[in-house]
Amino acid sequence: MIFEVFRQEKKGQAFAHAGSIEAPDAAFADAWAREQYGRRGESAALWLVPRDAVHQVNDWADEFDLKYRRVDGYSIKGRLKEARERASSTAPVDR
Amino acid sequence: MNERAQLLLSIADDELIIGWRDSEWTGIAPTLEEDVAFSSIAQNEIGHARALYELAATELGSDADALAFDRAPEEYRCAQLVELHLLEWAHTIARRYLYEEADRVRLGALKESADSELAGVAAKIDREEVYHRMHAELWAARLRDESRFREAVEELWPYALGVLPQELRPELARRTGLSVDSTQAIERGTHTPELAELWQEMTEVRRSIPGAQW
Repeated sequence: MIFEVFRQEKKGQAFAHAGSIEAPDAAFADAWAREQYGRRGESAALWLVPRDAVHQVNDWADEFDLKYRRVDGYSIKGRLKEARERASSTAPVDR
Repeated sequence: MNERAQLLLSIADDELIIGWRDSEWTGIAPTLEEDVAFSSIAQNEIGHARALYELAATELGSDADALAFDRAPEEYRCAQLVELHLLEWAHTIARRYLYEEADRVRLGALKESADSELAGVAAKIDREEVYHRMHAELWAARLRDESRFREAVEELWPYALGVLPQELRPELARRTGLSVDSTQAIERGTHTPELAELWQEMTEVRRSIPGAQW
C-alpha cells in the first residue's frame, strides 16, 4: 500500500505534501513515517493518506475560450504604479 | 568500580552494541522504509548509550567517548544477546523484539529507582522506546506464524534472560509467554568471539590516532 504523507511543520500551519511511503498497512506506515518524517523534530503532525483514497481531478474543459474569466492578459503593472503614487501624494500629513 | 558504575556501564554497553549491530542493516534492510526506520532506531540506541555513559563518566572521572571506545573488549559489560552477529532478518527481528521487551522491564524498574538521576534518564529513554516497541511489536505480530521466526525467538530466549537480573526475569517471561525454567540463562560476564570482531571495527578509527581531538 502506498500512503501519501502530508507534513505540518508548525502547529496551526497548513499541511503540505512531503512524499509517500510504501507499507503493508496503516500501522507500519505510522511506524515508518515517524522515523522518516519526524525523527529530527521537523514535523508537528503528519497525515498519512492511502493513495487510493485520494480523489484526483486533472481534466479541464475550456472549449469556448472563456479567457475573459481569467486575470492573465490584463496588465496591471502601470495601473498599480499609478495607484501607489496617488496613495502617497494624498497620504495624511502630520500637522 | 562501584556497583552504580557497573550497572550504568552494563546498560550503556547493551545499548551501544545493539545500536552498532542494528546499524549493520543500513543499506540492506528488506525495504527502503524499513532501512530508514531501522537505522534511526539504531542511532537512538547509541544516543541512549551516550546518556548513560555520561552518568558513568561522572562516577568514574572519565568521559563518554573513552568509556565507549577506549576499553578492551573483555571490559565491556554487555549481555551476549546484543553481541551476536545475526545477518538474517528473522533472527534480527527476534532479537529486537526480545531486547525491547527486556529493556521495557529494566526501564520500568529503573524509573522507580531511588537514584533520582538514573530514574530521570530512564524515564527519558523510555519515552523514546515507546516507538521502538511499536516497531518491534508490529514485526513480531507479522512474523508470529512463521516457523523461522518462532525458532529464532526460542534460540535467543536464554540470551534474552541474561539481559536482566534474576528478579526481573519472571516479568519478561510473562510478557513474552516464554518460561524462565525451560532454559539456563546465558549470564553476563563472558563474551562471544563476535564481540571482539565488532570491537576491532568499532574502535578502528579512534585507535588509528590515539589521544586525538576529533
